[in-house]
Amino acid sequence: MHELAITQSMLDLVLKQAEEAEAEKVGKINLVLGEMTGVVGRCVQFYFDFLSKGTLAEGAALNFKVILTTAKCQNCHKEFELGEFDWTCPHCQSNNIEITGGKELFVESIEVD
Amino acid sequence: MEIKVVKNILGANDQIAGKNRQLFDSNQVFVVNVMASPGAGKTSVIMETIKRLKGKTRVGVVEGDISSSLDAEAIGKEDVPVVQINTGGECHLDASMTASALGDLPLNDIDLLLIENVGNLVCPAEFRIGEDIRILIASTPEGDDKPFKYPLMFHEADVVLINKIDLLPYLKFDVNAFTQTIRGINQKVKIFPVSCTTGEGIEEWVSWLLGRMEKS
Repeated sequence: MHELAITQSMLDLVLKQAEEAEAEKVGKINLVLGEMTGVVGRCVQFYFDFLSKGTLAEGAALNFKVILTTAKCQNCHKEFELGEFDWTCPHCQSNNIEITGGKELFVESIEVD
Repeated sequence: MEIKVVKNILGANDQIAGKNRQLFDSNQVFVVNVMASPGAGKTSVIMETIKRLKGKTRVGVVEGDISSSLDAEAIGKEDVPVVQINTGGECHLDASMTASALGDLPLNDIDLLLIENVGNLVCPAEFRIGEDIRILIASTPEGDDKPFKYPLMFHEADVVLINKIDLLPYLKFDVNAFTQTIRGINQKVKIFPVSCTTGEGIEEWVSWLLGRMEKS
């Protein structure tokens, strides 16, 4: 449900960038979403269609790049994808790990005319 | 034409959180963001904390709820300044909602501000409000698998209070496994098992909090 606030914030950011570039229309928005943020692309799309009406970004395509949750073992220093119900290192079974990916939530680029 | 942006979507929120932070610093207020699922015991922990801090430090409270002022009324009985924020449907407090409540609080007369977030284990983790520390209250009836389901929240917490430990004899909740799972992804976390009903563990949590306030 945080998608409403997140989509509004994303749209504000995109419109500001588009206006600074004196664009007439935003054709595409490239977003990077970390798995850990729990942001659902389908919900972002739903709110975006509603919120962007009458703006430069109306009708823009949303492209989502999803980053899986990854971790680095503090013991053997290998990187791995975090399992759903198992957070131990698959290489050395240590449970002392550092999250290295999956918290991303940013606008990478926009395509404008 | 492609324009590189590479900007955090919640950058605007973070900026306002930074302004809240400055306001707290200039008034020497230590701020705790209290997060948990509905019913985990946020209001009870706040009440128990206030009771034990009487005469030791001046406490203020912000109550965040989707609707109603039940919690603020309960806390008002403890004779501390309290402000209610009704988010009107939003599932979390953000920095600007928090800012809107600060004008109604005598910040000059407050040393510790406890901000009760909306009951939710997903959304509040994303939105900074200008806090010093984030505490997460996880209650034993919720089950010991919660870190796997809400990893971001457990990763971001500075303190986890395991509440309702008086119910442990009746539940399949493995405190050691739960603690180990959290420490695996969050090495800096402080964990306190507590019960607001029996008072067990509350003293340890409150002494730690006072120590942490002195350091800042």
